[in-house]
Parts: sequence; structure tokens; C-alpha cells
Amino acid sequence: MSILEVEDLSISFKQYTGGLKQKHHHVITDLTVTLEAGEILAVVGASGSGKSLLAHAILGILPSNAGMSGTIKYAGDELTAARQRAVRGKEIVLVPQSVNYLDPLMRVGAQVRTSVKQGDAIRAQRKVFQRYHLKSDVENMYPFQLSGGMARRTLLSTAMVSEANVIIADEPTPGMDPAVIVEALHHFRELADNGCAVMLITHDIESALKIADKIAVFYAGTTVEVAPVDDFFGNGEALRHPYSKALWRALPQNDFIPIRGSQPDPSALPSGCLFAPRCEKATLECGQARPEMRNLRNGMVRCIHAT
Amino acid sequence: MQLEAKDVGFRYENGPWLFRGINVTIEPGEIVGLTGPSGCGKTSFCKVLAGYEKPVEGSIAIHGSSLLKNVYHPVQLVFQHPEKAVNPRWKMLKTLREGGPLDQELLESLGIERKWLTRWPNELSGGELQRFCVARALGSGTHFLIADEMTTMLDAITQAQIWHVVLEMAKKRGMGILVVSHEAKLVQRLCHRIIDFHHMNGRRS
Ligand SMILES: Nc1ncnc2c1ncn2[C@@H]1O[C@H](COP(=O)(O)OP(=O)(O)OP(=O)(O)O)[C@@H](O)[C@H]1O
Ligand code: SF4
Ligand SMILES: [Mg+2]
Repeated sequence: MSILEVEDLSISFKQYTGGLKQKHHHVITDLTVTLEAGEILAVVGASGSGKSLLAHAILGILPSNAGMSGTIKYAGDELTAARQRAVRGKEIVLVPQSVNYLDPLMRVGAQVRTSVKQGDAIRAQRKVFQRYHLKSDVENMYPFQLSGGMARRTLLSTAMVSEANVIIADEPTPGMDPAVIVEALHHFRELADNGCAVMLITHDIESALKIADKIAVFYAGTTVEVAPVDDFFGNGEALRHPYSKALWRALPQNDFIPIRGSQPDPSALPSGCLFAPRCEKATLECGQARPEMRNLRNGMVRCIHAT
Repeated sequence: MQLEAKDVGFRYENGPWLFRGINVTIEPGEIVGLTGPSGCGKTSFCKVLAGYEKPVEGSIAIHGSSLLKNVYHPVQLVFQHPEKAVNPRWKMLKTLREGGPLDQELLESLGIERKWLTRWPNELSGGELQRFCVARALGSGTHFLIADEMTTMLDAITQAQIWHVVLEMAKKRGMGILVVSHEAKLVQRLCHRIIDFHHMNGRRS
């Protein structure tokens, strides 16, 4: 049984456009993804594709004007709002993308200690700070005194000491030194090897490849591909979806050439494949219906022409 | 027009020196990479270059002369964390206007959707918000752009799109750029030359 199962998740925002007219922004559409205990799933993909909202949906911290459908199960049972409140920060923890989540009025050492559940909280906090190369005087600082990289390391420390079953890390590493990034990645791997399930949301595909088991690629609010890490090499020839290939090729170490255009407008999504307006391989058939997610070569893809 | 940091040293109030004796010159149209470990003062140096902070010793000169006050600053800075660089109580349109009149073509090339203009910052994804910060920094009076981890939060396609726009502008206008990034591959791809901040720093504590 998977520890976390997200099934057919859709999220939309209502926006009033004058008078009583409303528009629906479909920011996540039919998204299905699972996390296994002991595994790291890296989530990569377009910015604005709904990665953070997925994280917020799992934690139950979506803004109040968001509408949601579909199911999220944790350890086999539905994750209701009440259960979300009970497990949040304990069994399921989030490393948020925005550093604004740090409490501005609390010293950062104390913030990290509040998430230690058993044993000596001060010791645990000092140990994790040492691991992340945060000097001993940092624990007495307030968030405004931290550099961007230090703030991220503090957010990360909070999750790492929590002994949670599921860690969802939303862009935990930008702005950190390569040495600290390596340390953080090892730490995620260690936690996973001890049975934790990790969802690592990141734009740093290269780092993700070093530690993840699988990679899910997001586009326009849905998963277009789930691939084993070994498929990311060369020109992307082993990848299944045209968007994944384009993303891989746009990396500075590959071609650094972007495809044109941007994601579809969430208030006017195309009726067929969401990638069709930018896809070189698109045919008439692609515009007719949303491709289903299907199994292909030890992975999954949402494209009717993928081979 | 040249941007020159001469023997620049900086510390916050009575804190320890973050760096001293920094000498950097950026020529028009030149793209320079700046690397160095986190917390070594790169971001503070960027703030000094862009006039957010005054150098405690040494000087910043542009055009060979010192900077004028109260005019659009010719050195613009884009930070890593867009959520900290915009006023949360302003809708995006107002934030954009800080950079001068709107340049439709620029907004389009950065992939900024019209309807985002009426949103609050917390209604945009991190990457969407960062595009606004880039657009705001590329007003017509900008001669130098300081990009401090500017595209770290963006996917590879958007990153490449934004850099292609910025590089083209650098060529067209002769805009100089300082690229601060931990991503070695990106710095190598973009820059004419790369300097190491740590080695340059004469603080040697
Ligand atoms: N409160 C909100 N109201 C309306 N739209 C929103 C709101 N919050 C997010 N969105 C939209 O939902 C989409 C997904 O946002 P999300 O923050 O999940 O993206 P992301 O994949 O995490 O992007 P990034 O990689 O840039 O962080 C975006 O198009 C964003 O504009
Ligand atoms: S379904 Fe068609 S349009 Fe969509 S990704 Fe596949 S080939 Fe391209
Ligand atoms: Mg995000």
C-alpha cells in the first residue's frame, strides 16, 4: 500500500469578473500521484504548474477561495480536514517554498525545537544546525537577520528533526552552497532509507537525479510523465512526453534552448491535450480528448503518441 | 558607461566586516559571473552595487562619476526571493509601474499574462512573481542588471526564455550584467568571465 495517494485531484479558484459573473481557474486537473514509504519522488516541471498547490492540498492549507475535488489518502484512509489538522507538522511535514513561513517574532533555534517530538530538543536542534553549517549563534537570531540561504536551511532543519512519515519539500535548496545541498540531499536519502516517504519539489533536476527513485513531471496542473531517474540522459531520448524532453533539453548543461510559448490559461484550458498548443508532435486527434495517464516502458505518460 | 566598485568594504553597523578591498569593473554589455560560498557577502555586495546600501569604505562609480540621488537608479537588482521584493499590499500592476511605463513587448516576451496584473502577489506562483521582478528591473533607464540567483526558482524552459530576453537586451542596449549564482552550469553558459568573491575579499579575518 502506498503511504500517500492523490487521486484525480482538481483544484480551481473562483474569480468574480464584474457583477455576478464568475470565472473558474483550473490550476490542477485530474492529478494522480503516489508516494511510497522508503522512496523519494522528485516533482519537477513548469513554474506555475501547481506543484506548491499540490503540497498545500496535501497539508490542508489551501487558501479559502480554492475549490477542490478528488481524494487524498494517507496510510490507506482518506485524509479528511480533521485528520489533516491532526497529522500536519507531525506525521506529514512541509518544507515551504516561501521563506515568509518562518515566524518573524520567534528566534529560529526555538522554532526548530518546537518540531522535535521526543528527546532533547535543544540537542536535536544544535545537531541539525551543525549538519547544515549554521553557526552556533544563529539559533538566537530572528528570521530578518538571516540570509536567504540561512532561512532555507532553517526551514529544512525544522522538517528534518520532525521524524515524520512523509516529508514534502517545496524547493528546499535554492541559494544554498553546493556542499550544503549535497548534505541536504544525503539527509533526504537517509530519511527515506529509514522508511520515510519524501516528495522533493525542485527545479534542480540534476540534484534530483542523484537521490530520487522516480521523477514526476508536471505541466499545466497535471502529471505528464512519471519516469525512473535513469531515463534522464543524453538528448532525452528515453523520456516519454514531449514536454519532459523539452524541459530536459532547455537545461544550461544541455542545449539551453527554450520551446516557445507558455502554459495554457487556467481559465480557458484546451479541451484536448494540455500541451497541444506547444507540441511539435500534435495531431488533430490530440485536440479531441484529454489523454489518459497510461503505463509505458516502466513509467507512465499522458500522451497518445508516446512510444 | 562602466560600473566600477573601487576598494569597497562593507559591514552592517558595528558588525564584523563582511568584505573589504573589493574591486570589480563591469563594462557595458559585459556579462560577469560572481561565485562564492553562501553567506560570504555576495548579496550584500549586490545591494551596495545597486545603491540599496552605502559602502562603508571605497566607492561605487558609474560613468566614471558618482551616482546621482533621486533619479531612476541605473543599476537594478533582482533577488532570489521575489516574495520579499514586492509590496504584499500592492497589486502587481502597481509594482510593475515602479520600473517606469509598461513595456508591452517586454511583458509578453517574459510570458507575463495580462490578467496577472490585477492579482495580489500571494495569488501567483514563485516563478510567475519573479517574472514581474525581472520586468520591473528592465526599465529603459537600466544600464546594469545585478541578477542575484534570479532564475533559481524557475523551471529550465522559463529560465532559458528569460535569459534569452535579458541577453538580447544586454546586446541591444549595451547593458552590463552581474550574474550571481550557485549553478555553475548556468554561469558558464551565460558569462564572458567569472570572478570568485571569496578570493577577492581582502577581509581575511
Ligand atoms: N490564491 C490563488 N488565487 C488564484 N490563483 C492562484 C492562487 N495561488 C496560486 N494560483 C495559481 O495556481 C497556479 C499554480 O501555482 P503553484 O504555486 O502551485 O505553482 P508551482 O508549480 O509551485 O510554481 P513554481 O515552480 O513557480 O513555484 C499558478 O498559475 C498560480 O497563478
Ligand atoms: S497527446 Fe499529442 S499534443 Fe499532447 S503531448 Fe502527445 S503528441 Fe503532443
Ligand atoms: Mg511553487
